[in-house]
Amino acid sequence: MAESDLHDDSATTPHDDSHHSHGGAAHGSVREYVVGLILSIVLTAIPFGLVMTGALSEMITVTLILLCAVGQIMVQLVFFLHMNTSSEQMWNTVSAIFVVVLVAILIVGSIWIMQHLNHNMLMGH
Amino acid sequence: MNAPLPKPPADFTGFVEQEHHHDYGGDTVFGFWIYILSDCILFATLFAVYAVIGQNFAGTIEAKELFDLNFVLGETALLLLSSFTFGMAMLGANTNNIKNLMGWLAATFALGLGFLVMEIYEFVHFTHEGASPWSSGAWAAFYGLIGTHGLHVFFGMIWMIVLVVHILKDGLTEHNQVRLSCLSLFWHFLDIIWICVFSVVYLMGAM
Repeated sequence: MAESDLHDDSATTPHDDSHHSHGGAAHGSVREYVVGLILSIVLTAIPFGLVMTGALSEMITVTLILLCAVGQIMVQLVFFLHMNTSSEQMWNTVSAIFVVVLVAILIVGSIWIMQHLNHNMLMGH
Repeated sequence: MNAPLPKPPADFTGFVEQEHHHDYGGDTVFGFWIYILSDCILFATLFAVYAVIGQNFAGTIEAKELFDLNFVLGETALLLLSSFTFGMAMLGANTNNIKNLMGWLAATFALGLGFLVMEIYEFVHFTHEGASPWSSGAWAAFYGLIGTHGLHVFFGMIWMIVLVVHILKDGLTEHNQVRLSCLSLFWHFLDIIWICVFSVVYLMGAM
């Protein structure tokens, strides 16, 4: 009976075993979402507070903004998107890392090339 | 050779996904994940453009004079909360509680709508102040990046309406579960893009 329930398409049994293997769609809990929300609020408040008060030097502020952004992205990936390093999610993680590399090449490469171009054109001097 | 073909099972509908019943959900969500990663590359391109020409104001009003961080903080709060409420909606779906699911989805929709209204107000205000999309390279890059994100939010909300209709009509079938999982990925992804937007465009631009 249990076996037929699992394979019955018309029955709405969203909590059956097959759903635990959905790539990138692992289940969360209230606690997980609340912790993620609190961490996100903290990691948003810090950079906004720094820029609004102008408490620190520009260099340190920019560094902290970037660190908080990376931190909050990681928090949301783990607590909201439930990414992890389990073998079930290996392809989600591997493809994401590949895209992070691509994005880094795209952005850093563009800035690098255009700065050299500006420099060689003697613009901004 | 002429033996009759076996009769199809009673639930046979001819759809391919019926044969791959157990792979359908995982494959679809993974495929959508790949779409999201390709969308990341789209946004990376727009960020690269902003990084390169984001300061070329060419005499138009500068970002520093227009950005209101309290306003951006409000937008950020709405989008962050909507990511949280979507998570709660997913918990409702996982426990098969359609009432919970609908309530949290409605909250998500309202927060997303609030975000969009604020963004449109900001665009109108900026354009009014002389920072129109066609005024300078910097502002074109700004509207290109922020506008693309806003457009994603807009389509996410349309998707939400369509999915609610699906769920009200058919209940939480496996297909609707998978669709909900994809929309969940999409919505959280938009929040992650917004983290990059407020950090790089607004906070660094206002310094």
